[in-house]
Amino acid sequence: MIQFVLLISRQGKVRLTKWYSPYTQKERSKVIRELSGVILTRGPKLCNFVEWRGLKVVYKRYASLYFCMCIDQDDNELEVLEIIHHFVEILDRYFGSVCELDLIFNFHKAYYVLDEILIAGELQESSKKTVARLIAAQDSLVETAKEQASSISNIIAQATK
Amino acid sequence: MESRLLVMVVVMVVEEKGKEGGHNKERWRGSEEEEEEEEEKRRKDQQQHTPGILFPIMNPFSSGTRLRDMIRAIRACKTAAEERAVVRKECAAIRTSMNENDQDYRHRNLAKLMFIHMLGYPTHFGQMECLKLIASAGFPEKRIGYLGLMLLLDERQEVLMLVTNSLKQDLNHSNQYIVGLALCALGNICSAEMARDLAPEVERLLQFRDPNVRKKAALCSIRIIKKVPDLSENFINPAAALLKEKHHGVLITGIQLCTDLCKVSPEALEFLRKKHTDGLVKTLKDAVNSPYKPEYDIAGIADPFLHIRLLKLLRVLGQGDADASDAMNDILAQVATKTESKKNAGNAILYECVETIMSIEDNGGLRVLAINILGRFLSNRDNNIRYVALNMLMKAITVDAQAVQRHRATILECVKDSDASIQKRALELVYALVNETNVKPLTKELIDYLEVSDQEFKGDLTDKICSIVEKFSPEKIWYIDQMLRVLNEAGNFVKDEVWHALIVVISSASDLHGYTVRALYKAFQTSSEQESLVRVAVWCIGEYGDMLVNNVGMLDIEDPIMVTESDTVDVIKIAIKHHALDLTTKAMALMALLKLSSRFPSCSERIKDIIVQHKGSFVLELQQRSLEFNSIIEKHQKIRSALVERMPILDEATFSTRRAGLLPAAVSTSGGASLDLPNGVAKPSAAPLVDLLDLSDDLPAPSSSDGDFLQDLLGVDLSPAPTQSGLGQIQKAGTDVLLDLLSIGTPVQSSSPTTEILLPSQNDKSPIATLDARSSSSSLSAQATSSARAAPMMDLLDGFGPSPLKPEDNGSVYPSLVAFESSSLRITFNSSKQPGNPQTTLIQATFTNLTPNVFTDLIFQAAVPKFLQLHLDPASSNILPASGNGSITQNLRVTNSQHGKKSLLMRMRMSYKIDNKDMLEEGQINNFPQDLGS
Repeated sequence: MIQFVLLISRQGKVRLTKWYSPYTQKERSKVIRELSGVILTRGPKLCNFVEWRGLKVVYKRYASLYFCMCIDQDDNELEVLEIIHHFVEILDRYFGSVCELDLIFNFHKAYYVLDEILIAGELQESSKKTVARLIAAQDSLVETAKEQASSISNIIAQATK
Repeated sequence: MESRLLVMVVVMVVEEKGKEGGHNKERWRGSEEEEEEEEEKRRKDQQQHTPGILFPIMNPFSSGTRLRDMIRAIRACKTAAEERAVVRKECAAIRTSMNENDQDYRHRNLAKLMFIHMLGYPTHFGQMECLKLIASAGFPEKRIGYLGLMLLLDERQEVLMLVTNSLKQDLNHSNQYIVGLALCALGNICSAEMARDLAPEVERLLQFRDPNVRKKAALCSIRIIKKVPDLSENFINPAAALLKEKHHGVLITGIQLCTDLCKVSPEALEFLRKKHTDGLVKTLKDAVNSPYKPEYDIAGIADPFLHIRLLKLLRVLGQGDADASDAMNDILAQVATKTESKKNAGNAILYECVETIMSIEDNGGLRVLAINILGRFLSNRDNNIRYVALNMLMKAITVDAQAVQRHRATILECVKDSDASIQKRALELVYALVNETNVKPLTKELIDYLEVSDQEFKGDLTDKICSIVEKFSPEKIWYIDQMLRVLNEAGNFVKDEVWHALIVVISSASDLHGYTVRALYKAFQTSSEQESLVRVAVWCIGEYGDMLVNNVGMLDIEDPIMVTESDTVDVIKIAIKHHALDLTTKAMALMALLKLSSRFPSCSERIKDIIVQHKGSFVLELQQRSLEFNSIIEKHQKIRSALVERMPILDEATFSTRRAGLLPAAVSTSGGASLDLPNGVAKPSAAPLVDLLDLSDDLPAPSSSDGDFLQDLLGVDLSPAPTQSGLGQIQKAGTDVLLDLLSIGTPVQSSSPTTEILLPSQNDKSPIATLDARSSSSSLSAQATSSARAAPMMDLLDGFGPSPLKPEDNGSVYPSLVAFESSSLRITFNSSKQPGNPQTTLIQATFTNLTPNVFTDLIFQAAVPKFLQLHLDPASSNILPASGNGSITQNLRVTNSQHGKKSLLMRMRMSYKIDNKDMLEEGQINNFPQDLGS
């Protein structure tokens, strides 16, 4: 099971966190501090796994961002690397060549994508296409609602003029 | 298109640096300038194409900033203080807006809060907003509301309970996306209470028409059964139904759910094993043989995630069941041989497959295949692959140690890898691989590596080497050699108990004293920075300094060295002057100097000068010792040599028992019905033991902590104050109770510093070893007669008396004594000694019933102080006839390690039943015949 997902920039800034096990706010910041200290200082040729508090953190660097997933001792580390890549590719398709800025300004969308990939720390969908389709469908739902709302407010605005 | 994108992602994302023209790459790098430019562009995009997708501008007069603007403002902050100010301002605005119950901006506020939360600021005041958004009707509000719920709350917050009702409604919503949102939130943060409340809804959704809801429900069920395992029963059937699905999302989540069900519910495991093993094997077969499917393809494999989950579930089913294991043999062999191992995805499958093969019931052929795969992994250039290989070999050891041994050389290489994760795994593995036959070469390799390893790794490595050496050492000289090398290379990483153990070993290897002290002398010349090396060296030079100078006990392998007495003193002087060494080391050095002053009379003056220098030390300990030692050297020439005699051999067994944290075996029990003893086996607590041992009545009540325990043990020796003054010692009461006790116990003061130098660094348990040893080492022991005339403390005083050594009896019988007598029970002891073994006393205890009632279940227990060892044989019976019409006998064997100095002491407890009524009596014996103890 994936305990949590972290996206940390090379400067140690947090870009996304998702906790599937209960950690208090205090523990969370401690975990982030600890892990960014360990992971950001590791050299490029080293393996992508760090043992930490009896768990393992699988991380992978994509340009300026480190994608980290913390897993149980007996989980398959290599598979988690694939899950990370799966996530990155879906983000890439969704944003169209995703970059760190996309994830900063549209962080909520990154979360929506993640929620279509993982639930309860387990992989939900292995098809990138399906995920993309589901996100698009929900985005369009939002859009329709907005349009309706704005047309209503227009009507009200018209009527009250 | 699909594959091109994939390539692009890989190129742009993974490689990062690249050729010109990669616009995407530039963007990923994101220099400040470009960031701004980029952001500007995106902002325009956003305005043109998606006008306020998230936050429509409904109220043009609102003063609130948009999310995007807030993020920009925060990013523009140069300092943390600036950032805090911006966040504070935003939070204030959000609170105001919330208080006004501003509908239109609710989701914008929440989005801002989420960002602020991510930066680590408190956002609890926004929690209620999430609930309001979730409760509103529209999808956009619910979407952001659930996101906020998952981000800002966790399962332990009370607020969460309030959302249960909304969740229930949404789980029954007609819009499948809203159902999806609710399932996702429930799966990520539900608590046990919510799990109980909402389990029926989730269970029903496992059969929902849309597969995307089914898969979410499956994962949500995992969370539910983990929180409340009792609920798993309801999920078994619907979960098993998911195994037949074709939709990959539903299939992988269904398999995952089944795997987790098996973990929490044996019935589920049994059911799935019986009904679904074959089906799963077939599913895996289809997956392995499936044609190219672009949608699921990763590195030429159609859906590796599915493969891995199937292998995982098969592993659970096959474990401990030969039939199920048998059913999956063929497909496992196929996966193990056919899977492409060039890419990570393929390796992930192979790795999972190997684990499954290792876990299911034995099939020789498959295991060979698996070990071979691991061998291949181990020689892979990719660090990730090597890491997982090491990880898996650890599990393989239990299955086939021989096969793992074959890779020893490669594993040893991995210990020397530059990657800390790999080093750590490899070291664990090497540790598991060591046995009697390979300990020498492996240790050599590890210690060789210790010389060049990183500082951070040295601690771990040293620990493991020490542990290996202690565990497998074939002979003492090898042990000492290896430990000296470790001390030499990484003395600062050696734990205290390790060098304590080394000293015990050195002390017991009397033929190696000369060799060891010379080796340490040489080592000190090169590695005087290594604290524990210095300590061991200082101790050994103090003890065996004369052997160093005279080249005593030369081994064939040694080259003779020329060391003068003054060189030896130099070494100690360096140690004591060295600024980096701590108090313990300096105290040990002072002690060594005192010892040397007697061994090398010619250097006595010089040693005195060095000692005197510390009489002004700011550290009380050093100051005091320095004054004391000085006076010994100056005024007590006569007793000095006796005082500082060599330490007796330290008892390894005692030391290792202490180290293992075991209580000393002082309580012995009668045979027969010993299982339900009041103070023993069933509830091992220290208190009763202490109680039994507390022989001196004038000490405060014992407590159960180790330290007090010790005191109580020693309390036996403690005599009321008056003894002290007569000794002319510079003892101060109250500095350290323990030490004072001991100083009294062994009347001559000099031996107490020996203790003291060891004390500060030792834990509560270990000092006893030295204490015992030390007290017996007293040179005056020859004179010390222990007498049992009065209370035990009298012996101590008598230690000074001129009474001559009693001649040792060779096998004798002593008059019987009444050890205990009450109105109901009498115990008499008949003692005897065997010839040639004066330390051991054989006692035959005879129990006599003085009442007209029969005693049943008689149990006799005895406890003795630390310097005695007691062995109880089973009693002749546990029923004692009434009115002295017969008796029970029981044999005891007491060994006195302080024979000649202390007399026997024993405290006992008798429990028995009269007419099923429990009786308990206690007593103490200190009137053993005088010459028995001595």
